[in-house]
Amino acid sequence: MRNRVVRRVAGVLGTLFGVAVFVFVMLRAIPGDQITAGLGTEAAALTPAQRVALEHYYGLDESLFTQFFSWLGNMFSGNFGYSARSQQSVLDLTLHSLPVTFELAVFSIVLALLIGVPLGMLAASRTNSPRDALGQVVSLGGLSIPAFLLATTLLSVLAASFGFNPNGQGFAGLLDDPLLNLQQMFLPALVLGFGIAAPIQRTTRTAVLEVRSNDFVRTARAKGVPPRRLQVRHVLGNALVPIVTMTGLQFGYLLGGAVVVEQVFSVPGIGRQVLLGIQQKEYAVVQSTVLVIALAFVIVNLLTDLLYRIIDPRVRAS
Amino acid sequence: MSRGAFSAIGAAAALSIALTGCSSSSGPTTSTGASGTSGGNLVVGVTTDPDTLFPWKATQFQAVNVLTNIYGTLTEFDKDLNVVPGLAESWKPSEDGKTLTLTLRKGVTFSDGSAFDSKDVKASLDKIMDEATAAVARASLSSVKSVEAPDANTVVLHLNTPDAALPANLATVNMAMLSSDDTEEKLNTTPNGTGPFTLKKRVASQSITLARNDKYWGSEKPKLDGVEFRVIPDESSIVSAMQSGNVQLAVFNDPLVAQTAEGGGTITVAKTPQLNYHALQLNATHGELKDLNVRLAIQCAVDRKQVLDTAALGEGEVTGPITSPVFKSDPQQRPCPTRDLAKAAEYLGKAGKAGGLTIKTMVSQGEYATSVNEAQNLKAQLAEAKINLDLEVLESGAFVDRWVAGDFDAAVALNGGRPDPDGMYGRYFTSKGNLNKVAGYSSPELDKLFAEGKATADQAKRKEIYAKVSAELENNAAWIWLFTGYTYTGTTSQVKGFVPMASGSLQYLRTTTLG
Repeated sequence: MRNRVVRRVAGVLGTLFGVAVFVFVMLRAIPGDQITAGLGTEAAALTPAQRVALEHYYGLDESLFTQFFSWLGNMFSGNFGYSARSQQSVLDLTLHSLPVTFELAVFSIVLALLIGVPLGMLAASRTNSPRDALGQVVSLGGLSIPAFLLATTLLSVLAASFGFNPNGQGFAGLLDDPLLNLQQMFLPALVLGFGIAAPIQRTTRTAVLEVRSNDFVRTARAKGVPPRRLQVRHVLGNALVPIVTMTGLQFGYLLGGAVVVEQVFSVPGIGRQVLLGIQQKEYAVVQSTVLVIALAFVIVNLLTDLLYRIIDPRVRAS
Repeated sequence: MSRGAFSAIGAAAALSIALTGCSSSSGPTTSTGASGTSGGNLVVGVTTDPDTLFPWKATQFQAVNVLTNIYGTLTEFDKDLNVVPGLAESWKPSEDGKTLTLTLRKGVTFSDGSAFDSKDVKASLDKIMDEATAAVARASLSSVKSVEAPDANTVVLHLNTPDAALPANLATVNMAMLSSDDTEEKLNTTPNGTGPFTLKKRVASQSITLARNDKYWGSEKPKLDGVEFRVIPDESSIVSAMQSGNVQLAVFNDPLVAQTAEGGGTITVAKTPQLNYHALQLNATHGELKDLNVRLAIQCAVDRKQVLDTAALGEGEVTGPITSPVFKSDPQQRPCPTRDLAKAAEYLGKAGKAGGLTIKTMVSQGEYATSVNEAQNLKAQLAEAKINLDLEVLESGAFVDRWVAGDFDAAVALNGGRPDPDGMYGRYFTSKGNLNKVAGYSSPELDKLFAEGKATADQAKRKEIYAKVSAELENNAAWIWLFTGYTYTGTTSQVKGFVPMASGSLQYLRTTTLG
């Protein structure tokens, strides 16, 4: 047991270190730096002395080795670096944007489960029937309609036809104005949730079908368990493990992958923070934020594993 | 999972839908700009927030637009881009043109309450000229030898050579006058200018809010109580925000978005021809392009209107080198004003390349909407003249890197224009210009003309000189100038008194009202 924990922690640290190295190298492999990203073609007009002054200002005159280890060392002491663009520490930026994305991810997952699980159960209740086809069509739609298209269409149609566009009002935090915040989160969460509902629907369908073919289900039915109770308690209850796995994976993906939807709906989340960082070549912002996202992913995976122990007694026993 | 848990989730979903439903009527009214009385707060939709608040380093469009409203400059442009007084009430060159004496406006204060005087001007100009500051407008002051402040309201600029373009060069926000007590570090978070508005609040990546500066020196005080620049990263989403009444003004880049905005009926879109120009830059110091005949062949083989129509929906005007309204080049005066394939073949023959040739051309992707389409149309047109454009499509960072290094034979580019032709091209096409490496062309004749243009104060004579510059550039096919696009300024019906400018500047927020 102890060995397993140690191995797991070592694995996590190794993953994070790998991510750190990878992001650091990738960022520097992209042509351009913060000077050309900020000045564009005007950078051509800089005299050599001006360039040196700017490189010093942005810390680009340090060796790569020094840059990497001073950044990593600072991360451990809670100094995530500084964003010259927004004149704020990356830690401050992240403390604002991470909860926003977290809220969006939770909201999306809830909607995805609300759409995906019932649809999956419906589809499994009678295979190759119209209701199965309905489930397949919806999940195919979820998989194949790109988020940016769905998002832009929803936003344009609702704004142009009904004047409804809570996202145009400037972002409201959950604690500052919960009512407006929930309105602003609803459409982005719906778009994301719709996309994620597809894999959840498919997983649910397969898992339910598999569980239903087990002997204990037949036994329960023979014992006279009411159909609804049978479906929810006995079938769904036992089909939860793959659904939870899939949901956990999607949740991790959402923490970093909500960029497009955040962009369209002006949600100041962590995806946009990374995107702006890349555009401006703000190394510290991108490196630190990606590491935070990686950490969140790892934690979600860990929690998913722990959740197995709750829903599946067999895991607990082993 | 119990049935209770399911019901709870169902109830939560119903609640969230109900919340959304009941809000649809409250959306527009909570918008700050819709108050309807004089004053009010205008909301401007922008795709990104400024990358810096320090005016001497700001080149990003959004940063310049915010800072123009916070800081003051010695001279300014009016709506037609004529140079008019700003913090300097008047200026006078000496007989020999080697000094420029500026008389400063009295009673001007910075937003922190301190008085503006010649000490601040001297400190500002000295710092801009100091390489350690890394100010982007440093080269515009290359003719200035020293700055003197004989009394509180007078500044004397001692020049190496006469410089007629200097007053226009002083009008950009990169030449903003800062208080001599301020530092870059301080101004990065707390701007302190003499402009019509002051910074009230900034939420990184979300919004910048300005408040009216009641102590503004202009005879006409700003009327709005405040301006919020609200970040909505996607231009289509800005249109939606305008349709729902949350945003009242925005500047669009993408012609398609502008069309959509206009189609809805609630937004008025004003088109202003831009100073920026689209061009096929040729590097006349490289390979086959060294030969004038090859360049002229390209010049004759391109139908610019076709590039404009296919790549940019016809949204723009065919242009010569100089785009500023006052000095505008006449595109009809160039060799082959219309496409002439026979002439192109003749030039290629003269170059000894009758069989055709290949030119490597770099294009950026993502920098602006029309780049790749322009390149593809040029490639198709030139192929008919046996000139093969070998296109190299680059990510914008890679493009800028190579552009800055002058490391290309030809490049499809969208370059920034300036109101004064010397400021616009002197740095490119004079042999000592700091961008000559990028321009790839200079000649003794151009050096002479640019020097003459700088030394001539008389506006009519300057126009003649720059017409000659324009002819020299086109006759030698230094580059292939294609077209200028439009700046699209979208406003809702409440916005009155805003004047869009060819530079895309939002300077006239100070005369804007919400009706």
